[in-house]
Amino acid sequence: MARPEEMADTREPEGRLGENIVHFARSLRKAGLNVGPASVTDAINAVLAAGIGSREDFYWTLHAVLVKRHEDHAVFDEAFRLFWRSRELVEKMLAMLSPVAPAGAQREKPRSGEKRASEALAKPPERERKQEPDTEIEIDARFSLSASEVLRSRDFAQMSAAELELARRAMRKMIMPHDRVKTRRHQPVASGRRLDPRAMMRHGLRTGGDLILPRFTAPRSVQPPLVVLADISGSMSQYSRIFLHFLHVLSERRRHVHSFVFGTRLTNLTRQLRHRDPDEALAECTKAVEDWSGGTRIGEALHVFNMDWSRRVLGQGATVILMTDGLERDRIDLLERETERLSKSCRRLIWVNPLLRFDGFEPKARGVRAMLPHVDELRPVHSLEAISDLCDALSGADRKAWKPLAKPHATAHTAGPGGAHGRA
Amino acid sequence: MPDQTPRPLPRSIDETLTLLTEGDYVADRALATVLYLSLTMQRPLFLEGEAGVGKTEIAKVLSTALGRRLIRLQCYEGLDVSSAVYEWNYAAQMIEIRMEEAAGSADRKTMERNVFSERHLIRRPVLEAISGEAGAAPVFLIDELDRTDEAFEAFLLEVLSDYQVTIPELGTVKAAEPPIVIITTNRTREIHDALKRRCLYHWVDYPDAARELEIVSRKVPDASARLSGEVVAYVQRLRQMDLFKVPGVAESIDWATALTELDRLALDPQTISDTLGVLLKYQDDIARLGEGESARLLEEVRSELATAD
Repeated sequence: MARPEEMADTREPEGRLGENIVHFARSLRKAGLNVGPASVTDAINAVLAAGIGSREDFYWTLHAVLVKRHEDHAVFDEAFRLFWRSRELVEKMLAMLSPVAPAGAQREKPRSGEKRASEALAKPPERERKQEPDTEIEIDARFSLSASEVLRSRDFAQMSAAELELARRAMRKMIMPHDRVKTRRHQPVASGRRLDPRAMMRHGLRTGGDLILPRFTAPRSVQPPLVVLADISGSMSQYSRIFLHFLHVLSERRRHVHSFVFGTRLTNLTRQLRHRDPDEALAECTKAVEDWSGGTRIGEALHVFNMDWSRRVLGQGATVILMTDGLERDRIDLLERETERLSKSCRRLIWVNPLLRFDGFEPKARGVRAMLPHVDELRPVHSLEAISDLCDALSGADRKAWKPLAKPHATAHTAGPGGAHGRA
Repeated sequence: MPDQTPRPLPRSIDETLTLLTEGDYVADRALATVLYLSLTMQRPLFLEGEAGVGKTEIAKVLSTALGRRLIRLQCYEGLDVSSAVYEWNYAAQMIEIRMEEAAGSADRKTMERNVFSERHLIRRPVLEAISGEAGAAPVFLIDELDRTDEAFEAFLLEVLSDYQVTIPELGTVKAAEPPIVIITTNRTREIHDALKRRCLYHWVDYPDAARELEIVSRKVPDASARLSGEVVAYVQRLRQMDLFKVPGVAESIDWATALTELDRLALDPQTISDTLGVLLKYQDDIARLGEGESARLLEEVRSELATAD
């Protein structure tokens, strides 16, 4: 700790220290932390007040002022490491201020914030995704497509790492579904059908009871719970990770999102995905899931969900999104039974299937045919565009791509949207 | 009406156990412990478990055994403050205003005091529960909390930590002594951690065979010993099956009662299939337990009871 006499010494390097803190704060802001000018001033004052005793003191002083949410810790940690180590500033300061500089003990750090922190420190992000006016696109005109347009319709499976990154960013900007259902609870409204005597009486008293004007209430609407069941087996691996990102954005933007993944067993990732930082959240998910990219037993997983979870999460008229390719090898009867049970216990069952990226997709596989009669809607999920359409569909706005299957049972026997009916 | 002279709270886990047994509730030690703690620490008791395991019954028994009033708040979707806490009697208020007018007193302060006085206040369960007298705090049962929405749950947070409610026109009502709060949920929705944190938590499970037999014999004393034994053994077998909804204790009692009404002294395959609707409430489950399976189970139960004798 700095003593008052040492504090006097800090005045000399104050200018540079302050400047560096300002730079550091700006980097943090770029990395996504909520650091305003007031926090920067606070940070400088705090460092002046606490003095620079050691690297760790300095770390926690800045941490105390600049980190406002638990989720930001990882990013701060990484940014601190990169920023203050690369320039060896802390050591210089310490050397200047104290006769023997303490050895800068390195903490064992989680590295989940590393990427964002280093990106923020390295260079200003390029504005590579300028929105160009949408043009009508023919398949042959691929060289005239804008980068974003290609990205929108490109299959996740064919994207490079950089493109996937862009896709993730685009997903964060996507408009999330605005579905609402009426509840039995009422709220005051300007005009309506149901009188609100409590409000009438209270307001009537303002005029001493001379004038009691009608006031109304109407049912309040809320977003229904959204339950997502995602297949993370080997055959889905190219989609499951990006889909998890989508789930993270969803969980962040709306309440009551319950996320489950399944391969050979069912895992509830709701709490893990609630972490605000996407990298941290995904890291938590990876830790929690034991069967990434393994085999899949869809029927079995649905069975476990129906038994253990359906009554707990489907209670309030939930919408279920089931993401799987439906390629079940054994126990087709179980799959059919459990899909039926699932569809009967939720308000709406939407099946998103990356296999629909193929134009000539036909529900030939036995698993697919077993599930089809029981789902309300079947949608693709392979590209940004498809995901965006899914959001629209949830809002009830869009029905363009894949119409809800008209009549259950009839659908299994009619052709898929691409072609004629085939037998497995 | 139960005996309404309040009895002192139990002073040990054993006393709690005795208290429950006297009230015809066959509890295990875990439940007695958590109940005792909740009574001494004056913390709400949060009971979770499948439907029909006897969660609500605990509150009822507690109220009878302790000689306290039972105030029940049955939760439902759309439950709001006006039907849970208090409401004004608008018709009476209107009349009050008219009377004041007729009397010619137009003083606004007086009118407001008269209109919003205790006389016109309709007390709902929450307000009732916290306006109990010291030494005789009522048992406050918040039943099936999972049926309300989160807004109401958040409102309860304040009530349960401070045991007070504010009525803007009257001021704050604070409990002289915190009520004994029992919250139950069937887990159709997860309750927020913040609420659970304020409570003592207990998962009410299905009882084991011995305890269930005791419960059934207590609740259905007319049933023959053989019938009760077979009923309990059969239900215990059913619980091991992979059913969508396995029968709870309430179903066992119902079944024993039903069979007694039918003058049965023992189980037989025909009676089982005729009365299966008392036990199982899902068509899938009933179909699953077809003739063959139910006969097989009965055989198992018989041989099990025979070896036990």
